[in-house]
Amino acid sequence: MAAGAGALAAMVALSACGAKTDAGGTSDKAAKADVSGDTVKVGLLNSLSGTMAISEVTVRDSLKLAIDEINASGGVLGKQIKPISEDGASDWPTFAEKASKLIREDRVAATFGCWTSASRKAVKPVFEKNKSLLFYPVQYEGLEQSPYIFYTGATTNQQIVPGLDYLKSQGRKRIYLVGSDYVFPRTANKEIRAYAKANGMTVLGEDYAPLGSTEFSTIANKVKASKADAVFNTLNGDSNVAFFKEYKSAGLTAKGMPVVSVSIAEEEVKSIGAQYLAGQLTAWNYYQTTPGAANTRFVKAYKAKYGQDKPTSDPMEAAYTSVYLWKAMVEKAKSFDPEKVKAASDGITFDAPEGKVTVDGATQHIYKTARIGRIGSDGLIKQVWDSGKPIKPDPYLKGYDWASGLS
Amino acid sequence: MTTTTPLAPKAGRLPGGRRRFTAARPAAGFVAAALVLFAVAPLALSDFRLGLLAKYLCTAIVAVGICLAWGRGGLLTLGQGVFFGLGGYAMAMHLKIADAGPGHVPDFMQLYGTATELPWWWRPFANPVFAIAATVLLPMAVAAILGSFIFRRRVKGAYFAILSQALAAAFAIWLVGQQATTGGTNGLTDIQGFFGYDLNDPVNQRMVYFVIAAVLLLLIALARQLMHSRYGELLVAVRDSEERVRFLGYDPANVKLVAYVVAAGMAGLAGALFVPAVGIISPALVGIVPSIELVIGAAVGGRASLTGAVLGAIGVAWARTALSEEFPAAWTYFQGLLFIVALAFLPGGLASLAAIVKRRRRNQGLSGDTA
Repeated sequence: MAAGAGALAAMVALSACGAKTDAGGTSDKAAKADVSGDTVKVGLLNSLSGTMAISEVTVRDSLKLAIDEINASGGVLGKQIKPISEDGASDWPTFAEKASKLIREDRVAATFGCWTSASRKAVKPVFEKNKSLLFYPVQYEGLEQSPYIFYTGATTNQQIVPGLDYLKSQGRKRIYLVGSDYVFPRTANKEIRAYAKANGMTVLGEDYAPLGSTEFSTIANKVKASKADAVFNTLNGDSNVAFFKEYKSAGLTAKGMPVVSVSIAEEEVKSIGAQYLAGQLTAWNYYQTTPGAANTRFVKAYKAKYGQDKPTSDPMEAAYTSVYLWKAMVEKAKSFDPEKVKAASDGITFDAPEGKVTVDGATQHIYKTARIGRIGSDGLIKQVWDSGKPIKPDPYLKGYDWASGLS
Repeated sequence: MTTTTPLAPKAGRLPGGRRRFTAARPAAGFVAAALVLFAVAPLALSDFRLGLLAKYLCTAIVAVGICLAWGRGGLLTLGQGVFFGLGGYAMAMHLKIADAGPGHVPDFMQLYGTATELPWWWRPFANPVFAIAATVLLPMAVAAILGSFIFRRRVKGAYFAILSQALAAAFAIWLVGQQATTGGTNGLTDIQGFFGYDLNDPVNQRMVYFVIAAVLLLLIALARQLMHSRYGELLVAVRDSEERVRFLGYDPANVKLVAYVVAAGMAGLAGALFVPAVGIISPALVGIVPSIELVIGAAVGGRASLTGAVLGAIGVAWARTALSEEFPAAWTYFQGLLFIVALAFLPGGLASLAAIVKRRRRNQGLSGDTA
């Protein structure tokens, strides 16, 4: 009993002298990456179980492909990359736990992954606290710029704004918004409303369904009754299957009231069924059909590794690109140190499958070409419009007057 | 720490024997647990692992309440996530306000809302005393209101469990919908300080761990007192035969209500402590699935035994981490298998294992004597 009490008192005394919030300067607390030896560890943080697994496993596979290719050609700074995979389990606190494990226990040099904005928001403080780098490969709602995250997917002005521009140019100005009930759709729709107001478009309705919901008859009927020119769809995952079935049985067609989707890529087309989606529009930065030698090579290598029936998609491409961008930054910095890697990031380019991408050091996003595509009955997406050149990332939409009230 | 019998002590046991049994062994168990939590664990574990242990201990605090309400009171509380969430959000709201500083609103409100000042129902949480009190009293108040309706109407068994589940689902959906004021699916994240202490500092993280461990031990002691009091006997009696208790002149509704409210308070406190330990509270922690997971830990360990429920909760949470690190792609199958094996072969939980072994031995001994 006495020993216990003594130990207790000692431990409490030891722990009673932590830093106050206003003390500042915790830089010495950052976990240092372990880069001794002839390998360098990187973390792959994706949901391998739960509702997001279907999408995130493809990203993990794509990351592994890039790592294998880099290792085959000599590694990074002469070191072979050793990936350490962790399961975020579609659960945000788990993402935070695993991120912390990768940084502090495995002492990885960088981490690649996350899909949903909620998982990114959960790990953001972990990466910032430990001063470690995350490469995030999925399009998102913008309004964020963490000093320890590189965003290789599109921000709003590289995907949603071009999507709206396209609808406007087609004369489809009365739109209906449908989305899953979480941060990305709600924020995106707020931005869409601001755009619509400034561009003479009308938003006829805005409806949300819980993530994973499959009950869409009410929403489909409301969409039909609104007689909108087009639907802007930010539904994620399984819900799309149910939504498009109800949309079709309500008698709506891609010709009469097209749906522009921002979360349906080739992989999802496969699982929803191309017969429900043929003729519908998508807004992305990459399609499996995007021309160019880099993409031909990427698609061929991916299919050779994972199977001929596996499509490639935008987030997979952004993930693949992110590993190469990290490699180029490290080689330019001649160091794995996150601060030096960040300092070296501005202007790094890579001939990605989507075309040439350039890192914007100020925002840690990348220049990307916007592409509107039409889903074919074969399940592939064919481009109908592109922005011509890579668009400068503008996560806070500072270059758009209509967005001034958003943040 | 306490009795290892799978089900609660029956009234028929000899008073003298029980006193001897309850006085010496639990005290030794308690000291052992304190030694492990306060000396062995901090010395043996890295900062990261100790942080994880802090998280497991939070689920163990919920399990103490579940042990009382379900194990002793027979109330299958499948909605503890709600109370955990209420406590967690109350704490996180205060910490977010403190992080933002006076005159500012928390970061997510600037992003997703148009609010330049705090919503009215956030304002009281700026006061630390109010916030801390709310982490326990708010869940207890909700449980008291809900419980008095449910128990007076004599809703029990599966209906009570379904009601709890519905409540958990409704609360999670409501939180997601109120993105501008609750952070939506993201929840409240990026919490930097804890009453003036910087949570980025490992020393302070350690302090949070000690607070959690101390609270756990304290609540175990409290629950134990309650279980071994007259009230504890009455609670078991209500579980085993509600009608008889009513005929004896007691109101079973009140007996159950107390257990339900105390369990809710414990879950709320666990949620409040979870926030500084993990740095996040989100709807993913309050809905149906997390509520079930909280119960599973207690079930695997043994719902009627405090030791069983607490160790079960810690063990299940630990297994989840260990299995998912070892088998990132297949761990969910292992976890499922573990539950099925535990519940199919040991319905009283792992805590009943010792009693079963003891009984077998005695039976063998008896048959040996007669032969």
